[in-house]
Amino acid sequence: MNKIRIIPSILYRNFSIVKGKNFASWRIVGNLQQIVKIYSLREVDEIIFLDLDAHKSNNINYDLIQNFANECFMPVTIGGGIKSLYDIEKLLKAGADKICINTEAFLNKSLISEAVKQFGSQCISISIDYKTYKKKKFIHINSGKNPTKKLLFDWLKEINDLNVGEILCTSIDHEGMMNGFDVKTLKEINSKSSSPIIASGGCGRPSDVSKLLQKTKVSGISIASMFHFSEFTPLDVKNHLRKKKYKIRN
Amino acid sequence: MKYKILILDYNVGNVNSVIKAVRHLGHDPIFSKNKKDIEKADKIILPGQGSFDFAMKQINHLKLEKEILEHVKKKKLLGICLGMQILASVGYENGKKTKGLNLIPGKVIKFQSKKKIKLPHIGWNEVKQEKKNKIFDNILDKADFYHCHSYIFKSLNIKNVIGTSRYHDKFANVINKDNVFGVQFHPEKSLKSGLKLIENFLNLE
Repeated sequence: MNKIRIIPSILYRNFSIVKGKNFASWRIVGNLQQIVKIYSLREVDEIIFLDLDAHKSNNINYDLIQNFANECFMPVTIGGGIKSLYDIEKLLKAGADKICINTEAFLNKSLISEAVKQFGSQCISISIDYKTYKKKKFIHINSGKNPTKKLLFDWLKEINDLNVGEILCTSIDHEGMMNGFDVKTLKEINSKSSSPIIASGGCGRPSDVSKLLQKTKVSGISIASMFHFSEFTPLDVKNHLRKKKYKIRN
Repeated sequence: MKYKILILDYNVGNVNSVIKAVRHLGHDPIFSKNKKDIEKADKIILPGQGSFDFAMKQINHLKLEKEILEHVKKKKLLGICLGMQILASVGYENGKKTKGLNLIPGKVIKFQSKKKIKLPHIGWNEVKQEKKNKIFDNILDKADFYHCHSYIFKSLNIKNVIGTSRYHDKFANVINKDNVFGVQFHPEKSLKSGLKLIENFLNLE
């Protein structure tokens, strides 16, 4: 069977790697080339790279992505600012294996169905950011900045019809807090989605991952803060999971 | 001896990583759809992402089938992912029946299981080496490879299946008949084991 993927995610803004809390108060945590090199040497399962500025600036930095993909002999997912089939094509040419779309998927669903038709569902994923207001969960867009009136599970239902390769799910309330995942919601998302789920937001220690997996077997776990701000590495997470008898890549 | 490696350019998806992997192994591959280049090549890699019918349409449109069939009479070919699938006799994708290259008898169908399964089958999965083969040299049995697909190759003849994995049910992910090899996973994205497999293929005599 499939192994649980531990996926470091890299958030890029203003030429730096950043990390925030709840999608705000961003801190610079390092230099891109350096971080990619480390993850590459550590042979991580996969890398997610999200350019937080690209949407605003209308400018995807293809050279940067090409340089970075050159270092990687593992799958690379790229997101941020993608608005057209042409953007996707250029990113794939630059070395992305998978494309992750959030805001534009929300604003223009037909882009996703066209992209799936043209490039195959295996390389098109959707990212969703949600936040809880009075027990109801709403979708946010534009790197978490703008709330919408769409309920999380209504959006998920619509996404199910789009036949995408994966869904990256982030709880804004948990993101960057390093207090554990939004287990209950992720469990519900995973059971209702027909695509594989990558859980994101809240991992602070390796045991947070096993606590999530105990309740729901998501396909991958995306982690940023813990790898930037703590001594834990992807290998520590894997060793922990191995001890707990989860199947992970050797 | 250094072989002339050709990565077939037939307009299907992301091939940069395949080119990059072959370069990383010290070769200087040609990326081309030119018939003369195909004739001269010692080894051909057939990459591919997307759908079976689209890929075969490209092969037919570029009129490459004859050259490929001629090549494998004497020399080796490796199909990766969709490039492996079109080695089959026939594929059923997008509600259509499409003729494949028919280099390894079999059909390509959607993943099916009695249980409800999530597709695509995406992520790292171990490959059980069913038969001894040079392509597995110095790769551990049950080493992990990166998969990303919704369709599988059903080989007509079990002896052509040399590696398998399980995603709910067992499926073939390394196939071989004479000079033709196919892998369902992405060796170019599978770190050391994947690069080793490509290297083994490139070193085949």
